[in-house]
Amino acid sequence: MTVPKKLVLIGNGMAGVRAIEHLLKLAPDTYEITIFGAEPHPNYNRIMLSTVLAGSTELKDIIINDWDWYKDNNITLHTNQAIKKIDTQRKVVITESGMEASYDEVVIATGSKPFMLPIPGADKEGVIAFRDIQDCEKMFSAAKSYKKATVIGAGLLGLEAARGLLNLGMEVTVIHKHPYIMERQLDEAASLMLRKELESQGMKFLLSKHSASITGRGRVKELQFTDGSHLATDLIVMAVGIRPNVDLAKSSGIDYNNGILVDDFMNTNIPHVSALGECVEHRGVAYGLVAPLYEQGAVLAKRLAGVETAGYAGSVTSTKLKVSGVDVFSAGRFVETEGSRALRIQDDMAGTYKKIVIRNGKLIGAVLFGDTADGASLFASIKSGESIEGREKELLLGISSDLLGKSGGSASRLENMPDDEIVCGCNGVTKGAIGDAVLNKGCNTFGELKACTKASASCGGCKADVEGLLHFYAGDAVGESAKEGICGCTSLSRDEIVEQIQSMRLMTVKEVMHVLDWNNKEGCSKCRPSLNYYLGMLFPEDYVDEKESRFTNERYHANIQKDGTYSVVPRIYGGVTTPADLIKIASVAEKFNVPLVKFTGGQRLDLFGVKKEDLPKMWEELEMASGHAYGKTLRTVKTCVGNTFCRFGTQDAMAMGIKMEKAFERLNAPAKFKLAVSGCPRNCAEATIKDLGVVAIDGAWEIHVGGNAGVKVRACDLLTTVKTEEEVMEWTSAYLQYYRETGQWNERTAHWIDRVGLDTVKKALEKQEDRLALVERVQKALSVTTDPWKEIVDNDELRKNFEPIAGPLPV
Amino acid sequence: MSKLLIGKLSDIDIRGSRTVRVKETEIALFRLEDGSVLAIENRCPHKGGLLSEGMVCGTVVHCPLHDWKIDLHSGLVKDPDDGCVTTFATEIDPENGAIYVTL
Repeated sequence: MTVPKKLVLIGNGMAGVRAIEHLLKLAPDTYEITIFGAEPHPNYNRIMLSTVLAGSTELKDIIINDWDWYKDNNITLHTNQAIKKIDTQRKVVITESGMEASYDEVVIATGSKPFMLPIPGADKEGVIAFRDIQDCEKMFSAAKSYKKATVIGAGLLGLEAARGLLNLGMEVTVIHKHPYIMERQLDEAASLMLRKELESQGMKFLLSKHSASITGRGRVKELQFTDGSHLATDLIVMAVGIRPNVDLAKSSGIDYNNGILVDDFMNTNIPHVSALGECVEHRGVAYGLVAPLYEQGAVLAKRLAGVETAGYAGSVTSTKLKVSGVDVFSAGRFVETEGSRALRIQDDMAGTYKKIVIRNGKLIGAVLFGDTADGASLFASIKSGESIEGREKELLLGISSDLLGKSGGSASRLENMPDDEIVCGCNGVTKGAIGDAVLNKGCNTFGELKACTKASASCGGCKADVEGLLHFYAGDAVGESAKEGICGCTSLSRDEIVEQIQSMRLMTVKEVMHVLDWNNKEGCSKCRPSLNYYLGMLFPEDYVDEKESRFTNERYHANIQKDGTYSVVPRIYGGVTTPADLIKIASVAEKFNVPLVKFTGGQRLDLFGVKKEDLPKMWEELEMASGHAYGKTLRTVKTCVGNTFCRFGTQDAMAMGIKMEKAFERLNAPAKFKLAVSGCPRNCAEATIKDLGVVAIDGAWEIHVGGNAGVKVRACDLLTTVKTEEEVMEWTSAYLQYYRETGQWNERTAHWIDRVGLDTVKKALEKQEDRLALVERVQKALSVTTDPWKEIVDNDELRKNFEPIAGPLPV
Repeated sequence: MSKLLIGKLSDIDIRGSRTVRVKETEIALFRLEDGSVLAIENRCPHKGGLLSEGMVCGTVVHCPLHDWKIDLHSGLVKDPDDGCVTTFATEIDPENGAIYVTL
């Protein structure tokens, strides 16, 4: 066994000790640990000091690690020992009393110091901070002999101190230099509500007041303000902020700015000297809340234990105001700025307020007042960075626990939902039907529930609710979800299937279903088209497309409508047409009595209400290529007029769009895909909600990917910016082929990109040699396509399927 | 009950379908992989979708509108949905491939 290395922790507070706890779990015997603490106590929960002051907790209750913990873990603890200096040359720490301890690794976790206003008289008796147990004790004793207390600073700490002093029976006035309180944690509306509440509790406020000096003989007597007014007081608590404690860094030659400077792994500039907690500054930020400190601790522990870690990337913070009898919560960037939008609800009757701030479809900040039950879930959403598009109002209203009379967010919402409320809008499945399936039909997995009721079987938007209801009805009986295959016929995933097809060179849908042991050998309407796609994608030149495994629309090359008629969309490249083509389309529409002619969202003409038997005849007369408005393939390339006519246009958007549409028409893909080209950043072709959108800027083209305007709007991500039209084609080809090769059948690029990750896509396309290989493969796939309308028009065997069988004869 | 000559096997592709109208009734005819031909009323009991346009898996046709599954032999709608479709007896003359439907 190797000799344990010596680890010295300077600072016996929450951040440092938490990191040690973590380290002990990861690498129990790696270090011989010594901790120095300046206070006489073991590690206690500083955050809970306000509850001690408020009288609801006793000192002993806020101890996190008692003396035994140190002993049990073989940690040497020196309390009442502040460190004066680290001799980084000799690798020893030196205490104020001259004691030395050597180290292999040293961690500075000295926290922060309260900031004392540098005004005359600030050193008088009765002027204190609110930082540690000693400060609390001073307040306790002041309350016994004095009456009037003043708190300078109406931030989190100041209000907690004020509330505590009220509890101790003092008259409390809070001074604040801003016009509204807690301006760093609350917006103005919530701040006003809080002030009213606190005033009703007896707290007095003097706002927009700047302290000038403290007077009194020995002990504080009066606080003077810059406007000439003054306030009589017996105690002043300064709670105007904290400053990272950088004393040790100063004395030991360690780099510091506002705090001790650390990198993502909590290293200072000196080898073997780390720092974390309130004393550090990471990427320009010094944190004063506990969650970031714990996150830093986890990173440091991992590094010291030799465990791989991605490093610390900074934290999104949230605030919850404790004690005052009022619940206040805020998180993230809760003040609207340009580009963000806010939704808010204020109820002065119930004294509640809620505001959520959204940017680019994501929740970035929130303020709650009066009811903070949703705080945790909102904060989780902010941190995850997930898209909340379509759920904004639900977040604001739907899961508000006060409206439902119970706490617990969505669980209680589901519980209180009436039985006849429709959960799955696509298939009309009610809550009652889901309950019935779980309670009476034995469904206890999401898959079974979906198969049994069709809930969440279409667009999938209600999946979370269906899963929630499954848990609500089944409780602990919820089964382990069987591994979900691509459909009910197999337990194999898309990737497993594609790999097997490739390695065994399976050549037909039927062969795949047999060799891979489908439990339903006939397949279903989900797996058969999937397999047909994968086979065609893998073997573009050798696989014979199976039209029986395609949906109606793709078999008849038109969109079936609810009455059994079809619609016809001729190809109009880039949405740019000619009078001659328009006349042709119009005359065909008239000749075949087309009941409705409509422009599509993709700049095409759609002829609706066509009888199936008329389809080949119309195609024949149109003499235009199929617009493929029905297939899992390129639908349209939408364009704006570009610099051809538009005074803002920077590039020829129409020509670019036409070129792209001609290049990629008929290309089979996992799902339909739509492209667009805009000639300038005004983006009239709405290119940034397309599967791939090109936006011209002066002298270059931006390529945006993964957008969708369907069930859930998803704005594109910028893939790259290129200079030439050739590069646009190269990147588009490579991107489309990468999607074709990795997408799941029926998975639009928006979902695909969310699943595989934008970075993966970027990485796959970043090298030109990789792009060119993809381009070559997509060219191969394109080379074997033909226009389906023409094919059918010219072939009587294919045409017959569009006609009914001629009149039956009696026998 | 009357037996009608509908057409010949070559009118329908293998794994394909055709329709025929007999007075008010539209019939969907499916030629399955095993060579048999099955006939059902061309109307899904759900929203009236044309079953002739659906994908056939084994002896089950999937309605093109909302993916209801109907057994071509019995006309019964498969779980999780409910209902049934009229079926018609078919006969094929092994000599000349003539298809007869009785209704």
